[in-house]
Amino acid sequence: MQGWTGLKDDVIICRCEDVTYGEIVEAIDSGLTTLDQLKRVLRTGMGPCQGRTCSRLISRIITERIGGEIADMKFLLDRPPTMPVEIGILAGENDEE
Amino acid sequence: MKTNADCVIIGGGVIGAAVAYYLAKGGMTNCVLLESEYLSSGATGRCGGGIRQQWSTEPNAQLAMDSVRIFKTLEEELDADIEFLQGGYLVLAYTDEDVEQFHDNFRLQRALGLDVEILQPEEIATRVVRQLNTDGVRMATYCPSDASANPFLTTKAYAEAASRLGVEIELFTPVTRILRDGNRIVGVETERGIINTPRVVNAAGSHSVLLARTIDVEIPITPYRREILVTEPLERFLDPMIISFSFGIYFRQVKHGSVIGGFAYPDEEPGFNEESSVDFLTMMSRKLSFLMPALKHVKVVRQWAGLYDVTPDAQPIIGETDGVDGFFQASGFSGHGFMIAPRVSSLLAHLILGQKPDLDIDRLNVRRFSEGAIDLDHSVV
Repeated sequence: MQGWTGLKDDVIICRCEDVTYGEIVEAIDSGLTTLDQLKRVLRTGMGPCQGRTCSRLISRIITERIGGEIADMKFLLDRPPTMPVEIGILAGENDEE
Repeated sequence: MKTNADCVIIGGGVIGAAVAYYLAKGGMTNCVLLESEYLSSGATGRCGGGIRQQWSTEPNAQLAMDSVRIFKTLEEELDADIEFLQGGYLVLAYTDEDVEQFHDNFRLQRALGLDVEILQPEEIATRVVRQLNTDGVRMATYCPSDASANPFLTTKAYAEAASRLGVEIELFTPVTRILRDGNRIVGVETERGIINTPRVVNAAGSHSVLLARTIDVEIPITPYRREILVTEPLERFLDPMIISFSFGIYFRQVKHGSVIGGFAYPDEEPGFNEESSVDFLTMMSRKLSFLMPALKHVKVVRQWAGLYDVTPDAQPIIGETDGVDGFFQASGFSGHGFMIAPRVSSLLAHLILGQKPDLDIDRLNVRRFSEGAIDLDHSVV
């Protein structure tokens, strides 16, 4: 397995929520071993991209710290709306002006 | 995993974690907390995080006020940040029934010593929130000591404090059935083996019903989907939670900056459905656009759903089950479990430890439903 052990702790892994490699490693080592658990504590995957950018990177970090295969991991659920949409548009008020 | 315990708590939501902590704090440290997935993966982690003391019946208001007192020092007690903030609750009245009920509530809550006040619509902008559209608002009640906290962090803090005291926490460990011998509890069977125990706390939310059925106990809890959404983060502009029972809404700005809110879809069918709906997304967006037009250009990032575990009187089922010694219920919170978790969990722990609770919670025993008259609280959103 090709390791990332050379990665510095301050490298941003989740760019929506500014979560670093060091914070993720610390959280995994404290017992948060799935993407869902990390999301609820670190907010990784709660930003506008919903984890599309960071989830694969974090999956890789999890396998590095505790083993296992990325293929066996449960990924985050995609929540609607798939991309951020303005409340006014969702309310059907986009053509009032 | 342990094979013998003094108590097994089923459910890693805020109630299960808090009961585990208060049991261990009271001296019963040989306990196991079982969670089928991960901490706060059920209703707790899907809730809005509000902590409201403005209730329409005295017992509910008392439980909530006591809980706020505990919440105020909880970060220190558990040595963790739970994002507790006393930003207040603004409750909006739109109908004659609202106005009458709010005056009754106000008198009751003031008599209990709550810092609630009545506001006229024109006072809302100067006193509480400038951006609110008060069209149609008849009056409001405002309680500055009402609060909010982060449900994930609160559950985690309780669980970690329990763990430090010796409680074993087993995640990803679904319970297959409870084990009963005649009129007493003898153990819990999980997918990873059996734990022998004389006591079980059933804190599995809507799933509590299914667990109780494995030992032929019926508890009157019906699951209802409730939906919620969250926006992109904004600069801090809103401290209180804003709610209305008749308009049907609750929303607040969380510490991170997002606005989070929802409403109870009136025609929701009972069941375990946790899917998100387009109807909710559009109706909630209309409600927010009306109440706070400045939010029209703010983006919704995500929506999700969770389950209210609703009882016939919208009050939780707490205490030992008649006929099954050692079978303790702690569910049926009907959408307001998080806000009363500290006090209710602590009282239940006292009961389990054989101590006399300093507030009588016998009225919350499941036997009330077979005794007839129920006391419905009108302040459920």
